[in-house]
Amino acid sequence: MKKILLEMKNITKKFPGVVALDNVNFQVTESEIHCLVGENGAGKSTLMKVLSGVYPHGSYEGEIIIDGESQEFSNINESKKTGIAIIYQELALIPEMTVYENIFLGHEITNGISVDWNETIKRAEKVLKKVCLQVNPADKIKELGVGKQQLVEIAKALSMDVKLLLLDEPTSALSEDDSENLLGLLRELKKQGVTCVLISHKLSEVIKIADTVTVLRDGETVGSLSAEKGEITENTLVKLMVGREINDIYPKRKVKKGKDIVFEVKDWNVYDPSRGKQILSDINFNVRKGEIVGFSGLMGSGRTELALSLFGNPGRSRVSGDMYIDGEKNNFSHPENAIKEGLAYVSEDRKGNGLILIQDVKQNITLANLREIAKRGVVDNNAEIKIANEYKTSLAIKTPSIEQKVLYLSGGNQQKVSLAKWLFVKPDILILDEPTRGIDVGAKYEIHSIMNELVEQGMSIIMISSELPEILGMSDRIYVLSAGKISGELSVEEANQEKIMHLATN
Amino acid sequence: MSFINNLKKVLRQNIREYGMFIALFLIMLIFTIATDGIFISSRNISNLLNQTGYIAVLAVGMTLVIIIGQIDLSVGFLAGFLGAVAAIAMVSWKLPVIVVIPLVMGFGAIAGVLTGLPVAKLGIPSFVASLAGWLIYRGALQMVTLKTGTIIIPNDAFNAIGNGYIPDIPGLDFLPGAHKLTLLLGIIAIALFIFNEIRSRRKKKEYKFDILPVDMFIFQVMFVSLLIFGITWILAGYNGLSWTVVIMLIVTAAYHYLSSETVLGRYIYAVGGNPEAAELSGINVEKIILIVFGSMGMLAALSGMLFASRLQSATTTAGQLFELDAIAAAYVGGVSAAGGVGKVTGSIIGALVMTSLTSGMNLMGIGISSQYIVRGAVLALAVIFDVATRTRGK
Ligand SMILES: Nc1ncnc2c1ncn2[C@@H]1O[C@H](COP(=O)(O)OP(=O)(O)OP(=O)(O)O)[C@@H](O)[C@H]1O
Ligand SMILES: [Mg+2]
Repeated sequence: MKKILLEMKNITKKFPGVVALDNVNFQVTESEIHCLVGENGAGKSTLMKVLSGVYPHGSYEGEIIIDGESQEFSNINESKKTGIAIIYQELALIPEMTVYENIFLGHEITNGISVDWNETIKRAEKVLKKVCLQVNPADKIKELGVGKQQLVEIAKALSMDVKLLLLDEPTSALSEDDSENLLGLLRELKKQGVTCVLISHKLSEVIKIADTVTVLRDGETVGSLSAEKGEITENTLVKLMVGREINDIYPKRKVKKGKDIVFEVKDWNVYDPSRGKQILSDINFNVRKGEIVGFSGLMGSGRTELALSLFGNPGRSRVSGDMYIDGEKNNFSHPENAIKEGLAYVSEDRKGNGLILIQDVKQNITLANLREIAKRGVVDNNAEIKIANEYKTSLAIKTPSIEQKVLYLSGGNQQKVSLAKWLFVKPDILILDEPTRGIDVGAKYEIHSIMNELVEQGMSIIMISSELPEILGMSDRIYVLSAGKISGELSVEEANQEKIMHLATN
Repeated sequence: MSFINNLKKVLRQNIREYGMFIALFLIMLIFTIATDGIFISSRNISNLLNQTGYIAVLAVGMTLVIIIGQIDLSVGFLAGFLGAVAAIAMVSWKLPVIVVIPLVMGFGAIAGVLTGLPVAKLGIPSFVASLAGWLIYRGALQMVTLKTGTIIIPNDAFNAIGNGYIPDIPGLDFLPGAHKLTLLLGIIAIALFIFNEIRSRRKKKEYKFDILPVDMFIFQVMFVSLLIFGITWILAGYNGLSWTVVIMLIVTAAYHYLSSETVLGRYIYAVGGNPEAAELSGINVEKIILIVFGSMGMLAALSGMLFASRLQSATTTAGQLFELDAIAAAYVGGVSAAGGVGKVTGSIIGALVMTSLTSGMNLMGIGISSQYIVRGAVLALAVIFDVATRTRGK
C-alpha cells in the first residue's frame, strides 16, 4: 500500500454568484502522476489555487492534509515551504531577465547582503540539467521559445525543495514535440520521487502518462480512475467529464465546399527590420467559399505573423505582396479596414490581445462591431444585452451573467467570448488562430460544430492549429508552413500526420 | 429592522462607489461643526463651487487621459498660457468674447493634439512628452506676460464667466431672497433624475438583472433628490447658480454621457483596458489617443479662461500646480492608474473633496503648510481605500 501524500477533504470555494468547488475530495498518492481533468470552469485551477495558498485559509471551507498533517496556508510562500510548487496556466517569467535570474527570483542566493551570482549560475546550471534543457543560463527569457520557457518554469520549481509539483495546463501552448519532451521529464521526476498533479485538456496525453485521474464536473468530484486497473480510457473520461458520450470531436460536414475563390494571397512577404529578418517569404495561397483551410507548422514557423499581416496589423514589420478578396485587390493598413472588408481574426492569445479582461462579457462581445448597435454614435444598451445573451446561449458560455468581468471566467469560456466577439462581426472570412487551445472536449466539439455550421452558411475559415488531429479532422485543404515559407499543400484525402510533420520540418 | 440590514448590505457591496460620497459628506459635516455653520452657509458653498470650477474642468479631461493609461502634466501651464492668450486677444487684438472663447478652445485642442502626437505615433511615454509641454508653456506664459506683468481684462462679459450668476425670473415675489430660477432648475433636475432611475430600474428588471430591493431603491432616490435639493436651496439663498457652476455642470454632463453611452466612450475604455486587443478589434488606438489629448487641451483652455475671468486678469503664475490638483482629484475620485477604470463623475466628487478641504481649513485659519499635509494624507487614504476595496470585491 502506497502512502497518501495529499488529501483535500470537503473543499468548498465560492465566488460571488458562483460555487467553484462544492465539497470536493481529492487524494494524491506519493510519487505518482495524478491528472486532473474536467470541463472548462469545472474548478480545476481553483482547486490548485486553494492547495497552493493563492486563496488563503479561511477563504474556503474544508481541510488540507499533507503527509498526515493538517495545513492552513495563508499565502504561497507557506505552501512553498512545505514543498508545493505551482506552475500556472499562464507563464509567469520575466522576459527581460536572464534564465538564472528567473529561476532564483524570489529566493535569491545571497552571501549575507548581496546576491551571490556565481553560486546562482552554478546552481542554475544544475537544475537546468535536471530538466534536460540545454540553454545558456545567461540568455534572456524572451530569446527562448515557449517550450523552453515552460521547462525553465519547471526548473524554477525544482530549484527549491519540491515534493509536490502542480502543473496547470503546461502543454496547452506547446507543440507535440515539446509536449512529449515535458511528459518525459515528468516521468523522470517521478522516478526521483517527485509527485506531480497535471491539469490537461489533451486526453491522449492524460491516457499516456497518468497513474490516477480525478475528474471534476461543475465543482464536484465525479470520479477517480486508476491506470493499474485499466480504467483510464478516452470514452470513460469523456463520459465522466461531459456527462454524455461524444463519438467524434471532429463532426462531419453536410455540404461540400464551393468552387469560387474568395480569398487569395500572392507573393506575400513580411520583413521585420528590428530583428533584421525575413519572417515570411513568397507566400501564395487561396481559400474557396465555404472551405476550411488548415495552416499547420511548428511553433515560430510564422503562422500568426501571416494572419496578423493579412489582417492589417503587422506590428513594425514591412509587408509586400497582393491580396484579393472576391477577386478585388485589397491591402489593409489597419484591422479597422480588414474588418470592414469582411475579415475577422480570433487571436491565439486571448488574454494578451484577444480580450479586455477588466470589462464584462457583453462589452467584449460587442467591441469589434459596436457601430452596428449604435445610433449616431450612441450605443443602444438594450440591443447590446440582447446580442450578448444570444451568443451566451448559442455558444453555451458559462458565466453567472453577461455582466461578469471576463477576468473571472475560466479559460475555455474566455475563448468562447473571444469567438462570440468575432462571430458578431459577421465576417466572410474568419481566421481562427488555435481556436481550441485550452478547451475541454465538450467545448471543442461545440466549437467544431459551430465552424461547420458557419461554412455551411457560406463563410470561409482559415484555421491555424498546432494540433495535428484537429488539422486533419477539420480542414478541407492544408497548407504547411516551415520557416516562413509554404512548404506544401495537401488535400485532406492525401494528408496524414507523417506527411505534415515531414513538410513542417524540412 | 430589515431596512437597516438591507442598507448595511447595499453599503457594503457598493462601498467603492459610495465611499467618495460618504467621505465628501463627512468632510463637509466636520467643517460645518468646526466653523459653527459658516462652512455650509450659502455664501461659502457658492464660493467653494466657483473655486472648484477650473480644477473640475481639468479633472474631467484628465480622467479620460488616465483611463487610456496616460498622463498630461502640461495642462496647468497650458491653461495659464491660454488664459493669457484670451486676455491678449481681447485687449490687444480687440476681438469680441464670443470669438475669443471658441478660438482659444481651438488653440487648446491643437496644443493637446501636439502633446498626444509623439505619444500616439512614436510610443513616447506621455509623462515625458507632457513634461516637455510643461516647460514650454511655462516659458510661453512668462514670455507673453513679460512686458506688462499682469494683463488686466476690462471685459465685463468675459469676467462674468468666473464671477457672475445666472439671471432670475423677473416678476415673481414669493420666497423673497431666494433665487427662483435656480430652484426651478433644481426641481427639474430632480424630476429628470427620478424619471431616469425608474426607467433604468424597469429595464434592468426586464432583463432579470440584479436590482436593489424596493425600499433601498426609494431610499437611494430620495437621498440623492434631497441632496440636489439641498444644494440648490443653499445656492438659491445667495446669488443662485453661477456661470462657473453652469459650465462645470454642462462639461460634466457632456463628458459623462460621452464616456458612458457613446461608441467613442467605449473605445476609450477599451484602449485603456487593453490597447493591443483594442487595436485588433479594429479600433484606431492612435486616433483615440489624439482625441483624448485634444479634448484635454480644449478643457485646459476652458479652465484657463475660467481662472483668468475669475481674477479678471492674466498673471505670470496662472495655472501653476493645476495639473497636480486635477490628477489628485481624479485619483481621489476612483480612477485607476492601471488604466481602463474610472468615472468622470467620480473625478468631480474628487475635485469637490479637495476644494472642500482647502476652503474648510481656510475658514478654520489653518496654515498653508498644514493644509498641504492634510490634503496629501487625504489623497493617500483615498487611493489606499480604493485599492483595498477593489481587491476585496473579487
Ligand atoms: N476570481 C474569480 N471570481 C469569480 N469567479 C471565478 C473566479 N475564479 C474562477 N471563477 C469561476 O469559478 C469556476 C471555476 O473556474 P476554474 O478557473 O477553476 O476552472 P477550470 O476548471 O480551471 O477551467 P479551464 O479548463 O477553462 O481552465 C468558473 O465558473 C469560473 O468562472
Ligand atoms: Mg484552469
